[in-house]
Amino acid sequence: MTDIVSLEALAARINPGELLAIPVNGVAMAATAALIEAGVSGLRLVCVPISGLQADLLIGAGTISAIETSAVSLGEAGGAPRFAAGIRAGAFDLRDSTCPAIFAGLLAAQKGVPFMPIAGIIGSDLLRVRTDWKVVDSPVGEPGQVVVVPAIAPDVALFHAPEADRAGNVRIGRHRELASMAYAAKRTLVTVERIVARNLLETEDSAAGVLPSLYVDAVAVAERGAWPLSLWDEYAGDDAEVARYAAMARTEEGFHAYLSAHLARRKQVA
Amino acid sequence: MSSASAERERRELLIATIAGLLDGVRHVAVGASSPIPAAGAMLLRARNEAARKPPVRMTILGSKQHNFFTNGSVELFDCAAQGRVDAFFLGGGQIDGFGNINLVGTGDYPTTNVRWPGSFGSAYLYHLVPRVILFREEHSPRVFVPKVDFISAAAHTPEVARRGGPYALLSNMALFDFASERGGFRLRSIHPPYTAADIRANTGFAYQEPEHVPPTAPPDAATRTLIRGRILDELAESYPAFARSMAEAA
Repeated sequence: MTDIVSLEALAARINPGELLAIPVNGVAMAATAALIEAGVSGLRLVCVPISGLQADLLIGAGTISAIETSAVSLGEAGGAPRFAAGIRAGAFDLRDSTCPAIFAGLLAAQKGVPFMPIAGIIGSDLLRVRTDWKVVDSPVGEPGQVVVVPAIAPDVALFHAPEADRAGNVRIGRHRELASMAYAAKRTLVTVERIVARNLLETEDSAAGVLPSLYVDAVAVAERGAWPLSLWDEYAGDDAEVARYAAMARTEEGFHAYLSAHLARRKQVA
Repeated sequence: MSSASAERERRELLIATIAGLLDGVRHVAVGASSPIPAAGAMLLRARNEAARKPPVRMTILGSKQHNFFTNGSVELFDCAAQGRVDAFFLGGGQIDGFGNINLVGTGDYPTTNVRWPGSFGSAYLYHLVPRVILFREEHSPRVFVPKVDFISAAAHTPEVARRGGPYALLSNMALFDFASERGGFRLRSIHPPYTAADIRANTGFAYQEPEHVPPTAPPDAATRTLIRGRILDELAESYPAFARSMAEAA
């Protein structure tokens, strides 16, 4: 059964040291603030397949010990300042990846196999720095080399979606990567804009875009829970806020000033 | 000429050049934050429609209107593996004369002194998309280097079969073809008012330079009209700020 809990109770389900998968669309920003406030540390992040503000905040707040990602960027607002500073300082274990390799790793976990072969990549220095990736002779078909990447089985997948029903079925629309995260993860925690009275699995139309409650451990309501990032049809991103973050987070002091105000503002809203 | 209208003409030349490089593709994908490549793809689509040529499908990552995928963000990569993506754009903090690109950073990995976002899908897509257009507006020796500090994606890997790789390199100053048999770039045209000497002074890698290099052709009047009308309208959904700045230069 899916539990419907408060935002704080949801964040409290993420334990220090766990492998946490986060997406780039449907980002649980309110839950991220709650997580930082709870003082969790040593998290190992897997960005599916990239991240931006969320990863940068978690890094700046000292929440993570490792990150696997294909990129961290604030998009139009520029580079991710705490990510870059953390790399210079060696503040976390960095596992550079490439987008489809992260999907392949999740798919391996989804299928319960230890690795997944993937096209391309050969010739890239990623193979040099990712010693857990291997180049093997294909055991079947045309002879040739192929890259294999290990399964990625997150302890927790965390994302934000428009709505869930009372049973914990979550509407994810066409954002199937959120389902991929949930299939691979041991536990999935979801924040939503609202909980609806109707059964999302009732019709073929509504069920097609739904992640069933089987995969969902807990749901919490967080209105505008992706702010300042966008949420599909629900609201646009607050680009001015992201730009303000980008400017302030250039220095450690500026980052902490932003973070305190950000956490205080969230409390006011809640 | 005001600087705003000079800037618009610079962008229009790049847009028209990209449309030319894409001629003949069935499906072109454009990454996020790439308004000029997206505009080039839209221009090709509009031209093909007018000329009753085969339609062009385009996917702009992060767009709703210009993205028909329903299987999540892995679908672009699966689509490329199936041979269904004919063209894509890659940039790079560094691009070298072998066509290798670096999206990671400069200095010794991992504590790179300059760190860029990361490799995104480049390590994979470079192998799988036949016509990869390298697009980097800044044309300088710090970008166009003899050898990249980190190979995010390799251009040439004879040890494995591949269908993809670099097709051309377009900057603010010039257009290069990629000669895969020689594994390097060949100067195709120079954007006015730059000269062959400017290109030599600002390119850190060796390339082939034919005796006569023509100027890059500016867009004709019909193309300009199309860009300033329909293309800016179509761009506004994904790149509102860019479309606005182009319109304001009018």
